[in-house]
Amino acid sequence: MKRVYVNEAWCLGCHLCEYNCAFANSGLSDMALALKGKPIYPRIHVEGDEKISYAVSCRHCEDPICVKSCIAGALSKKDGVVQIDKSRCVGCFTCLLVCPYGALAPSETGIMQKCELCLENACGEPACVRGCPNRAIVYEERGEAV
Amino acid sequence: MKRYVIVGNGVAAAGCIEGIRSVDPSGGITVISEENRAVYCRPLISYYLEGKTDLDRMDYRSGDFYERSGVRVLYGRTATHIRPDSREIELDDGTTVPYTGLCLAAGSSPFIPPFEGLDTVKNRYSFMTLDDAAALERELRQKKRVLIVGAGLIGLKCAEGLAERAASVAVCDLADRVLSSILDAECAAVMQKHLERHGIRFYLNDSAVRFEENAAYMKSGAVIPFDVLVLAVGVRANTSLFKEIGGEVNRGILVDAGMRTSVADIYAAGDCAEGTDISSGQKRVLAIMPNAYMQGHTAGVNMAGGREVFDKAIPMNSIGFFGLHAMTAGSYEGELYEEKTETSLKRLFTKDDLLKGFILIGCDERAGIYTSMIREKTPLSSVDFDRMKKAASTAAFSAAERRKKFGGVV
Repeated sequence: MKRVYVNEAWCLGCHLCEYNCAFANSGLSDMALALKGKPIYPRIHVEGDEKISYAVSCRHCEDPICVKSCIAGALSKKDGVVQIDKSRCVGCFTCLLVCPYGALAPSETGIMQKCELCLENACGEPACVRGCPNRAIVYEERGEAV
Repeated sequence: MKRYVIVGNGVAAAGCIEGIRSVDPSGGITVISEENRAVYCRPLISYYLEGKTDLDRMDYRSGDFYERSGVRVLYGRTATHIRPDSREIELDDGTTVPYTGLCLAAGSSPFIPPFEGLDTVKNRYSFMTLDDAAALERELRQKKRVLIVGAGLIGLKCAEGLAERAASVAVCDLADRVLSSILDAECAAVMQKHLERHGIRFYLNDSAVRFEENAAYMKSGAVIPFDVLVLAVGVRANTSLFKEIGGEVNRGILVDAGMRTSVADIYAAGDCAEGTDISSGQKRVLAIMPNAYMQGHTAGVNMAGGREVFDKAIPMNSIGFFGLHAMTAGSYEGELYEEKTETSLKRLFTKDDLLKGFILIGCDERAGIYTSMIREKTPLSSVDFDRMKKAASTAAFSAAERRKKFGGVV
């Protein structure tokens, strides 16, 4: 299955992926209208410091502890993608408490949201990857564990 | 052919079913369900009262779950005895069900202390099941004064859930602080203040000496009038079925890391089971939903002849009230690192080069990284802990560790 991978050595720390993510998931076609002057709630975030930086988003784990821990049955895994049914989420943050990668954060409304590889929005492929100016984020197959 | 029987129909049972089916696609599975409903999300009953969810969205699995998993559910039935020699379960209707593997996922029951005069209280509820929540909802169609006995997780979620529906909400507890099972005094005070700002009144370090139909007479001399009483003092693991056959029981049914009990072919999972809390090394009932699922899954895999070990159990809770979240995990032992701001309080506990536990109030960002350090027993010396303690971040791991985490399939 294709996943999003990062290369720290190539990441410039420009945070463009965060903006592209928020835009792709906004449902709007005008980036300025979607993002200008508003706090953004991306599903990917850049971590690190001035020396090293990299983007973190859901790893779509083989055995996702967030899915096993969700108290609302809102998280599930379909065709390898860890998905969230936002209508079920009550914002208890248990997934945030257990994700070892720190890949989950709430949306503006307090309900959780997460990277679904842009398969659920109009972008159709990860917007963070498409917009990365230095190819520090890639979308590729690296094989499943046997 | 194998015949699996699961006593209970909660999240541990769902985990058990999915665990069995990951190994054995065809063996018969029978679930004995006391409640007349499919598995649902128990912790959501307070959100149901609050109007943040509804019955349709509280199902834990889709409507075809049992059918798709080849499971026969006996609704409204109670298991009355186990016959370990003939490997049968006896039900309350006199029938028996044979098993090759049995999983006890019977949950827990509310503990009702013998308060004087409790019988005279007509409007008295527990807060464990969807039926309890629905009954409270009916009761509160008119605004009434509610007294909740118990300032623990269940009592306080109940208080939040019905705050808008009730004329007033008072909570009393024998403990000197709220959430005493997961918070120390100072952290509890922060949460209490926040709850008080939302209209919840507290009578702590106090207990009811006597009840009348509409009043609690407290040890302190206080008299608390109420129209509706909710008892949320605590729960007891349902262990009696197993105890009577001489199985090893402490507070819960004792299990190993494979969820095996002391009796052959009998497993236990969820709130009725007592496994090892790896943060303290002690045996402990960890009555939390993630634990129920993972224990159930492990039991299921092993019942079906597979091999799974669940040796990462720790207490962990994420609980929010009126927008303020408290996250806790592990054991509060060892050296304390603390950070306070106007709006947040963070406490990390370290010992023997390990993160043992934490309390985070209003600062939950990437908290799962801390949780994973406790679960994985990550040596503090292998990370930049000075950085990590200020803010949970994978940037505090070594570059090699990060490559492992982000470079491949995990």
